[in-house]
Amino acid sequence: MWILDLIILALIIVCAVGAITIKDLLGTAILLGAYSFMMCVLWAIMGAVDVAFTEASVGAGVSTVFFVAAIFRTTRRTRD
Amino acid sequence: MKKLALIVAILCGAILIFATSEFPEWGDPKAPANLHVSPHYIKYSVKETGVPNIVTSVLADYRGFDTMFETTVIFCAGLSCFLLLRIFNEQTEEQGVYYRHMPTGIVIHFKRDDVDIRDKDFELIDSKLVPYDLIIKTVGRVMIPFIQIFGLYVIAHGDFSPGGGFQGGVILAASIILLAITFNLKTAISKINEKTLGVLSALGVFIYAGIGCLCLLLKGHFLDYGKLAKILPVGPIKARALGMLGVEIGVGIAVMAVMIIIYINIASEGKHHEGL
Repeated sequence: MWILDLIILALIIVCAVGAITIKDLLGTAILLGAYSFMMCVLWAIMGAVDVAFTEASVGAGVSTVFFVAAIFRTTRRTRD
Repeated sequence: MKKLALIVAILCGAILIFATSEFPEWGDPKAPANLHVSPHYIKYSVKETGVPNIVTSVLADYRGFDTMFETTVIFCAGLSCFLLLRIFNEQTEEQGVYYRHMPTGIVIHFKRDDVDIRDKDFELIDSKLVPYDLIIKTVGRVMIPFIQIFGLYVIAHGDFSPGGGFQGGVILAASIILLAITFNLKTAISKINEKTLGVLSALGVFIYAGIGCLCLLLKGHFLDYGKLAKILPVGPIKARALGMLGVEIGVGIAVMAVMIIIYINIASEGKHHEGL
């Protein structure tokens, strides 16, 4: 079981670092969604099912849509 | 400067990681967080509230005041999004409207804005929209009712299983957002218009606060659902469960309306004419 934990934690760190280094903002939004989903899986493993449910619906679902909508209306490339 | 910031960030991170070694073990029954009120909730919450899901009973009953202001925060987020982004005068740079003739797939561009074709063969589309896709539309049409039923289930079943007002409200909002993405924004707004959404978001908070005030009127404390037994044909324990259900419904309505308001305003830059 701890191997699964370790894999998911590694994926979370990869997603988080990728989200702040990638220049393409659409990719960043997708990576943040993946990050939220991995957090959701981790919480479900730890037994906090209510938190996992909230993370899956709010973090991975709706906030990703909000980011994509904001990128659609602004620009896809970061300046810095 | 950038190097200095990096050093500070790494130092702070190192201190935080070092501090986690002082944390109690995961699931340790002697951890400070597990000694104060948790044993009471675990032992008595089912007996006192009649709700099998301890998380719901803590969120909606023991810590009901907290959840009420969380709902208010969500409401304020929707309100500020509306006030910041919404544009009411629509004379700015309108390029006319686009209609697609469904049987042939030909797109017609009207230079005037006031064209309104209500024919089964013609469909209003966005100017930046991708080509017609039968699969996406059919999948969206098939999925939306099931998503909505699942959202209602999550709200209504929050007392017994994971879920509740927040999650159910977000799922209901997601179904409307899916409608706005697969068809277009005007279709979604024609199903649930802006005024209704504004009223619903305030109504959700009102239901929550109203149940609390009802308890005050029945000579209890604020959000003391047990006092609702005086007007409901059930005992005080069942009344607490029913009060929680009412509160969850209020939260669900508010969250659903606010999420749709935020999406519509962001996706259309506040103009409400065409979106993602």
